[in-house]
Formats: sequence, structure tokens, C-alpha cells
Amino acid sequence: MRPAATFDLGKLHGGLRLPSEKTGSTAMGIQVVPVPAQLVLPLTQHSGNPAQPLVGIGEKVLKGQLIADADGALSAPVHASSSGKVVAIEQWPVSRRYGDPAPCIIIECDGRDEAVELAEPVVPYDTLPAESLLQKILQGGIVGLGGAVFPTAQKLMQANTQALEFLLLNGVECEPYISCDDVLMREQATEVLRGAQILMYSLGLQKCYVAVESDKAEALHEMADALTALNDDRIVLKMVPTIYPSGGEDQLVQLITNREVPSGGLPTDVGCLVQNVGTAAAVYRWICQGEPLISRVTTITGDGVLSPMNVLARLGTAVSEIVAFAGGYTDRAKQLIIGGQMMGKSVTTDRVPLVKATNCILVMSQLAPPLDERPCIRCGECAVVCPVVLQPQELYWFACADDEVKLREHGLIDCIECGCCDLVCPSHIALMASFRQAKARIHELADEKARAERARLRFEARTMRREIDEKKREEELAEQKRAAITAGPNEIQEMVERARRGKPQRERTKKGPE
Amino acid sequence: MEFERREAPYVRPPTSVGRMMLEVLFALIPAALAYVWFFGAGFILNLLVAAFFCAAGEAAMTHLRGRPPEAALSDFTAMVTAALIAFSMPALCPWWVTATASLFAIVVAKHLYGGMGYNIFNPAMAGYVVALVSFPMYMNFWTAPRIGDIDYHYLDFYETARYILTGSLPESLSFDAISRATPLDTVKTGLKNMMTFDEMYSNPLMGDFGGRGWEWIGNFTAIGGAWLLLRKIIRWQIPVAVLAGVLVPSGIMYFLDTGAHASPGFYLFSGGTILCAFFIATDPVTAATSPRGRLVYGFGIGFLIYAIRRWGSYADGVAFAVVLMNMARPAIDYLTRPRIVGHAKNEAR
Repeated sequence: MRPAATFDLGKLHGGLRLPSEKTGSTAMGIQVVPVPAQLVLPLTQHSGNPAQPLVGIGEKVLKGQLIADADGALSAPVHASSSGKVVAIEQWPVSRRYGDPAPCIIIECDGRDEAVELAEPVVPYDTLPAESLLQKILQGGIVGLGGAVFPTAQKLMQANTQALEFLLLNGVECEPYISCDDVLMREQATEVLRGAQILMYSLGLQKCYVAVESDKAEALHEMADALTALNDDRIVLKMVPTIYPSGGEDQLVQLITNREVPSGGLPTDVGCLVQNVGTAAAVYRWICQGEPLISRVTTITGDGVLSPMNVLARLGTAVSEIVAFAGGYTDRAKQLIIGGQMMGKSVTTDRVPLVKATNCILVMSQLAPPLDERPCIRCGECAVVCPVVLQPQELYWFACADDEVKLREHGLIDCIECGCCDLVCPSHIALMASFRQAKARIHELADEKARAERARLRFEARTMRREIDEKKREEELAEQKRAAITAGPNEIQEMVERARRGKPQRERTKKGPE
Repeated sequence: MEFERREAPYVRPPTSVGRMMLEVLFALIPAALAYVWFFGAGFILNLLVAAFFCAAGEAAMTHLRGRPPEAALSDFTAMVTAALIAFSMPALCPWWVTATASLFAIVVAKHLYGGMGYNIFNPAMAGYVVALVSFPMYMNFWTAPRIGDIDYHYLDFYETARYILTGSLPESLSFDAISRATPLDTVKTGLKNMMTFDEMYSNPLMGDFGGRGWEWIGNFTAIGGAWLLLRKIIRWQIPVAVLAGVLVPSGIMYFLDTGAHASPGFYLFSGGTILCAFFIATDPVTAATSPRGRLVYGFGIGFLIYAIRRWGSYADGVAFAVVLMNMARPAIDYLTRPRIVGHAKNEAR
């Protein structure tokens, strides 16, 4: 018997029912993009410090070879996604920076796609202690594939010290157009669930919820079948309503467990660890098959590409190649978005490579028209849809006034930047953008304050030093004065002579170099 | 290939202020038809006068403030103000009274306070209040509704237009001959003169709850209000709270002493209660915005409407109630902020 997906427990405030726009890209299965001629692997494909290159220019690399290692506690390594030669380590446009350049390792592929030999043989994961399993996950270069790209191993290690109850697998994918997790669950349900088992083992957890949006009937079906085959009753399939943004990490925790992640906190504060389904599959492939994170499934879609689809492509493949694989642009392609239409990044060039964060390549035939902003009429529709119950109409007012205290008081930092408010605003105000700016300004102000505080401390220290010097000098002078007063005529004569002798000497030394 | 950069989200809102305001105007049509049916074509002339002066005021003020007048006029907010003023005026009202109300509404209450989105007071109600306290004689000059079976000279279109434009009535008629007390007036003076409700309701102008005609105008207004709710142009909190604000105190008083107080239904179906609940109190700019704040704001308006009608010296209290609660709006919003997800219940209040 197939376990039925049960519905959610908690309730989300607001949100939007958006047209899903996913049928185009889910019509066929995952297509594999061939090895490109060139791979561009950014050193920063994760949140945290950039990875440190381990290879030199001209060096031969093999598929799966470690080419840049994690730097410090919050970083992730990068592996070569095919075999070839390193031709450059240089600045290249990246989607993380909207098409502006960042350091990348560029590999010319030889087309042989030779794989590197594994440093350690694959062993059943449950023979390893949890700690070395976490270390191993770290070496796989695995990061959160939902888009936030937080290094998975660090997330697990940080969580390990907390009282955890659930592993929450996020297969919600609430943004319109994106369907890479949907097709992944359809085609690789077993891998996803096995990945969940590994994650549970590494954390010592006995409960896992897999959350899937109610409109992904086929994915739910496949996952339920795989779950039956796996016969693991610790894993429960959960259906969440198709409302944007139910796939936000904190929102999903609220939906599934009816617990609220505290302001400024993490899901682990309420006993949950959230991982994307794609991340779980990547963990499975690394731990059980020895393949580090060198490829991912991504959706290429929008009315600007000829045949929307989901592809499995190597990290580092240029977006232009993936577009060409999907039939190329239609002649009206106007805008390129990496990510979804709500939170994605509008990039300036298709030379940017596919990276770990790229869950969607969205090409639109229409340029979003510039907003004709009108004054806010305080209709409060933004507050109705806000999933964290902010009052955007008030926040906007305070953001315009640059009132940091009020912005904090009204919860600016709790804004998840989902963009729901923008979509219902009759005055067409770019609320999300103004909140982003306000957040940046607050951080800037905090930095400035810290700098000013340091400058003040320096100034005070200097003043104090000067005072001490002054006092010392005064004391010396007073001492000399006292000596002069008490001195007899001979001693005065001596002092005067000393002074006379001293003066021309100083003049000489001054003139000396001329 | 190179592309242009835009800010997320990359979809645009399907709504606009102009469209919202058009829907509000659309929703006022049933009420306008009922109003014209019962009180004659004077309403249409008032509406034209108000629309002209509101538009002129809007264009002049935006021009003076160095903004494009087309943009301001295209959002139809001035037209909604004009419509609400026309609904508040007696059907027979000299044009300059309506013009004064309209100009005050737009020039002073709206633009001198910063224009659309920044005004503190509901422009239409501020304009109405100014007209009411400046020209009480004209503002209290109500005619009888068309109810058929009473002996009354109803003015025809020509006579109505002549009065509105020149202020002169047909020679055979005097003010007193065609002036009729509104139901609210009837009850107010009746209670003052120790009349019983049976006596008051023997007046042919009184209907089942409120006045004849007025009840139907109320019903048709509510139809438009229901449309706005259905279209989510307004939310339920303010209308419900206004109606509750009228019904609860009037209900309590009525059941405590039935002889000395009119029924809650009377207050509901008299004067501008229903228009206020759906169209006036719901003006987004001057109303509270948090859900609980809207309940407080609406209930405050309803309660003040009842209090002014029952104990004040004015027959109706809608405009005063709205303007008073406009003043309380910032405090209400501040004190009724909802709890943000992830915050403790009583944090930083």
C-alpha cells in the first residue's frame, strides 16, 4: 500500500496563488547536456569564503577532482566537472553578481570525461561514525541546492549541537516556472529518500518529513511509491498547499510543524533541519556513489526559449550553451533571469556559467516595464499577503524617511524578500527593492557606527597620551625651574654656557646635509 | 547575448489605483440610481458641479506643486471625492455650496496636507463639514423623497436646475413649502419634544426602519458595498465594525429603554450610515490599516455616529465621526500592530 501524503498542520499568513507556469518544462524528462568545450567554475558557488584554488594554469584535471578547497569554517570545495586542462584562473561574469565578473577557474575540456580515482573507497555509510560522515559530506562540495547554497556539512555540524527533532526535506518549489525539484522527485525519488536516510543517520534523527506542494501530483505519486519500496516508516510524505512562498525555509517549518522560527533565529531553534530534495540526492550520490557535486538539474524555461525543459548539466556549463541545447532563444528574448520570477537575479549576459545555486534559467520575451510608482494609498493589501505579518505600508513609510529605529521596531529584518507585497500594490511601488536597500543601509549604518566608535576610542587614547606627556613635561619644567631657583650663581653660569653651546650645535646639525 | 537588468520581482501587479477607484465609482451606481429616483435630478447636477470643481482643484494644485496633472487626474481619486460629496449634499443645493465643499476637500484637505496618500482627513468629509458649519441653512434643506402618496410638489428638472444654479425657487413655492425634515431630524426633535415613537412613525415620511426612500438608498448602497468586498477593493473589517459601532450602542440603549430610544434598525437605515460603512470609512488613505486597527477605527466611527445623532446637536454625525477618527488613526495603527511571525507576543510594545 502506498502511504498517502498527509496535509499540513500549521497555517501560513498571506501568500499568493500564482500561475505555476511549469507545465512547459515538465512535459519531458530530464535531458542531459553534453560536455561543453569549456567549463567556468566560480570559486564562490556557496555562501561564505571563496574556495582556494589548488590547481595551476596548464594543469590537467580529471572529472571529480578537487580543484579548489574550502577556506575556513564557512566555505565549500569545488570539483572539476569534466576532464581537461586548466587554461585560466580569472574574472568571469557570474550570476551571483548579476553578470558582473568574479574569480573563476576555467577548464578546457578534452571531451574524454575521464573520472578521477576516489581518495577513499565508497563504504556503506552506516559503518562510519556520524562525525566522519559529516566530514565526508563537507569534502563533497555539497551546498543547499534550493538556492541559498549554504554549505550542507556546516549546516549539519551547527545543527548537531542543538536539540533536533525533525529533518524536513523541502520539495515545495513554490516559485512559478521552476520545476527542477519536481522532475528530480519524479525521476530520482529513491535517491532523494536515500539521501534523507543518510542525513538522518548523520544527525541521529528518527523523523523526517518530505514536503511536496499539492500541485505536483506525479512527484507525490513517485515519492510515495519509492517510500513504499524503501519501507522506512520514519519518513513521512507531507503535502503543502500551493501558495507562494510556502517553500521558504521558515515558512515550511511553520506549515509542517506549526512552530515559528524565532526572529533572527534558524529552524534548528525549533528543532528542525531543512534540506532541499536536490541536496539530499546530491548527498546520496556522493556518499553512496562517490560522485561529488559536479552537476545539477536545472529548469530552462520561459517564452524566450524555444523548448522549455529540465536538463542535467555540469556545473560550469555556460548558460548560453544550455539555452542552445534547449533549442535556442526565440527571436523575442529580452530578459535573462537566473532563478524564478519572484526572487531570481536578472543578469546582463548569458556567458555566466551554471553554478550550484542555479535552479532555473528563465528567459522572458518581455522586459518587465519600469514601474510607474504612485504614492502609497495605505490600502494595506501588502500586509494581507505578507507571510511574516509585517506591515509593509508602514515599513515603506519609514524606509522613505530612513528611520532606522522605526524600521527595526516594525520588523524590517524579518522581511524574507519574497516580493508578494510588490505584486499586489496598486500604486506599483517597488517595495521589496526598497526594503533590500533599507536593510543594506542599516548594515552600512551599523558599520559606520562601529567605525566611528573605533575612531572615538583612538581619539580618546591619543588625548590621554597627550595629557600624560603634557603633565610629564610640565613636571620636568617645574623641576628645572625649581633647580634654577635654588641654584647658586656658578651653576647658573654653567647652565647658560650649556645652552649657548647647545644652540649652534643644533644649527650645525640642521645645516649639515646642505 | 546581452540583456538588460531589472529588479525582482519580474512580474507587475495587475491592479492600479486608477482601476480601484473606477471600481469604487462603478459600485456607487446602484446607490446613485436610487438617490436620483427618490430625490430627483438634483443629485446629478450636484455630482457634475462637484466633479468639475474637484477636477479643477486637483489639476490646479498638482500644477502648482510642479507635478503632472494628467497623472493625478488619471487615478480618479478626485472623482471618488466628488461622488462622495454629491452623495452627502441635499439634492437641492446651490452650486456654490457644493463648489466650496469640493474645493476645500481637494485644495486644503488633500493637497495642502501633501496630496494623495498623505492627507490626514478624508477629503470629502472635511469638505462636507466645512459646508455644513458654514452654510447650515442650505445644508439642512432637504426635500421629501418620492414616495407617491403624499401631497407634495416635486420639483421638475428645470425647477431643480434653476434652484441649483441661481438659488431661486418657483414663484408659487417657498422654502418652507417644500422643505421636509429628514427622518433623523424627525426623531431627534420628536425625542426632544417628548413624543412617542408611534407619533413619530405616523409621519408619512417614516418607513419600516428609517425614512421611506432612505431605506432603499441604503439597500442599493449595500449592494455596491458587497461588490467592493467581493472584488477585494475593500476588506470586511471596517464596514462590519462601523455597522457594529452603530448597532451595539443603539441596541443596548433600545433594549434598556425602548420608549426613549429609536431602534438600531432606524440608525442603520438613516442618513449616511451604510454609505459611510462601505464607501467613506473605507477610504484607504485616511483609515487604519492593521486588521485589528480597522476594527477599532470602524467601531469608533460607528459609535461616534450614534453618539452624535443621539446626544449631539447635529442630526447626522457621519462626517464628524469620520474626521474625528481620522485624527486617531496614527495612534490606532501604532497600537494595533499585529505580532510579526517569530516574535514573542508582547515584544517591544
